[in-house]
Amino acid sequence: MEKSIEVHNLTVSYHSKPVLWDVDFELPKGKIIGIVGPNGSGKTTMLKTVMGLMKPDSGYTEIFGQPLDKVRERVSYVPQRESVDWDFPADVMDVVLMGRYRKNNLFKRITKEDRRIATEALEKVNLLEFADRQISQLSGGQQQRVFIARSLAQQADIYLMDEPFVGVDAATEDAILKLLRDMKNEGKTVVIVHHDLQTANEYFDWIVLLNTRLVAAGPKEQVFTKELLQEAYGGRLTVLSKLGDLISDTEFPLREPDFKEDQPQG
Amino acid sequence: MFDPVFIKVLFGTLLLASSSAVVGAFSFLKGESLVGDAIAHALLPGVVLAFILGDGRHPGYFIIGALIAGLIAHYGIAFIEQRTKLKSDTAVSLVLSTFFGFGILLMSYVQRTGQGQQAGLERFLLGKAAAITMMDLYVFTGLALLLLLGVALFYKGFQLMTFNEDFAAAIGLPTGGIRFAFTVLTVLAVTVGIQTVGVVLMAALLITPSAAARSWTSSLSRMLLLAALFASAAALGGTFISAALPKMPTGPWIVLVLGFFGFSSLILAPEKGWLARRRRAASNRNKTQRENLLKLLYGAEERAGEPVAMTAGAIVDAREQHYEGLTKTLRNLKKEFLVVERPDGFALTDLGRSEGRRVVRLHRLWELYLTERLGMAADHIHPQAETMEHVITPEIEALIVKELGNPEVDPHQSPIPYEED
Repeated sequence: MEKSIEVHNLTVSYHSKPVLWDVDFELPKGKIIGIVGPNGSGKTTMLKTVMGLMKPDSGYTEIFGQPLDKVRERVSYVPQRESVDWDFPADVMDVVLMGRYRKNNLFKRITKEDRRIATEALEKVNLLEFADRQISQLSGGQQQRVFIARSLAQQADIYLMDEPFVGVDAATEDAILKLLRDMKNEGKTVVIVHHDLQTANEYFDWIVLLNTRLVAAGPKEQVFTKELLQEAYGGRLTVLSKLGDLISDTEFPLREPDFKEDQPQG
Repeated sequence: MFDPVFIKVLFGTLLLASSSAVVGAFSFLKGESLVGDAIAHALLPGVVLAFILGDGRHPGYFIIGALIAGLIAHYGIAFIEQRTKLKSDTAVSLVLSTFFGFGILLMSYVQRTGQGQQAGLERFLLGKAAAITMMDLYVFTGLALLLLLGVALFYKGFQLMTFNEDFAAAIGLPTGGIRFAFTVLTVLAVTVGIQTVGVVLMAALLITPSAAARSWTSSLSRMLLLAALFASAAALGGTFISAALPKMPTGPWIVLVLGFFGFSSLILAPEKGWLARRRRAASNRNKTQRENLLKLLYGAEERAGEPVAMTAGAIVDAREQHYEGLTKTLRNLKKEFLVVERPDGFALTDLGRSEGRRVVRLHRLWELYLTERLGMAADHIHPQAETMEHVITPEIEALIVKELGNPEVDPHQSPIPYEED
């Protein structure tokens, strides 16, 4: 199996409380992959850690066999729609163009090529006629499609999306699904954080079941079983959550961040 | 009044004010308006210490003192936010009051030794553009230009960091560096701004121009430009007024003019402004009254089975309420050929009948929708439909008709009157 993302013995805390315990899995390339679990199971934390937005207490992640910094231009990230203030003064095109921003063009003007790519991305999500629309005037589904267009404009090989199906209308859901399949056919990898069990089986090829610890990861036929789902959704393990509270209350340090088991040196 | 010195001061003040406004715009958008205020107050001990330790009249010392104090304050706030359980407004207040108190103490010390008067230290508190020396003016005007250049250079970075910091980090932008650049620009903007308005009122110069500008535009670049214009106009106005009146400090006047811009924008702004909302409310009320009247006449025709006329008195009786503005509404309907006045009262024209039929149709469609889709009881649906009949657009009407499968009658078995074609 060609690997897209590798997660090695990852423990991550939020406000000094561990939300992911020793999670370890590998994901294939060219598939639509769901990270699935109940609310508060650490799905978003997982994604943010892979994107380098949260620092793990221990363990590490790699994309295409390399640290994130080496492959950043091949990775695209779609944050949760509610994580930004949509009252920000910008139109749809402004936001999609942000997908063209890079470290090495930060001080440069936006080029014609950038605009062309952004226009193409807008076309793919059926929002071209909204290019000049203020983002504050968009519906929830349209906002989500703007975020996806911005990520398409990055022209990456792997896309990490945080709950793209939350609060969107049926038309947007269909549009996103079609887009995901097109992306897969082009050999792209899509990883989606998703909380809804009803649709997970239909959307994804491969599923990671998470509930603060890894419950299972693999092709959906193997993972989507009654026993495993019950384990993931049957509540948190009492010992784990008690220990988490204790660590948070006493501010006890978890393993030193430098401690990386079996990580290749150099 | 129009001597070269005054012109220079004026020109400098314009640049100082607009550069502070442009930098402050990003704090405003990020909802961190108070951070600028805290940094401004925190500069006081820095500049007074620079005065004591160095050559107090030299702007270089002033800027360095301000920069150090400002950076300590900014990172102090960030440190408290990250390492303690205090909320961010508490951290801001804590740093603001402590630094400012220390600054005032230092100032009284300098004042007592008698050096303060000659240096005009008190101008840091409330600003006094006229007290600026030519050297100051050149230095600070240069700094203001630098600030504008800095914002232009970092425009993309500041824009993305303000809108979506996680995304900026995810694509590998140096977020720490951009934040540092923004902090330095903010501190310098405050350093520049307090020349004209002083420490106490600095927040107004950072925030009010943006608050006013945001009411008028939804484009970031236009908002920055407009904020700079508002700040310049206020600086202009304030400087003139304080020059014309004896012994008037510039700062408070600039801030007052800015406040005037801010409040008038809130009132006058299109769509979101107070006036626009009042106008919208009036137009909604007006629409409701007109449509209710047409509905009433249509209902009378429906019952009679033929065109009828109603007198104004009959209309008031039928509505069972005092008909406020009835004559005005009737006059308007007549003017639009929806209603004609006959000797026996008011009657619908063909146009008015079609409009009245539309309102009745929407009322009955919505009643049906409520019972069918929301499972509401038939005796609960009328009040809701009374409002929705004025709100539903032709697109939504088409959706409802389609979803309910071209229904014939409403829940009370009254026919749903479609337009005959």
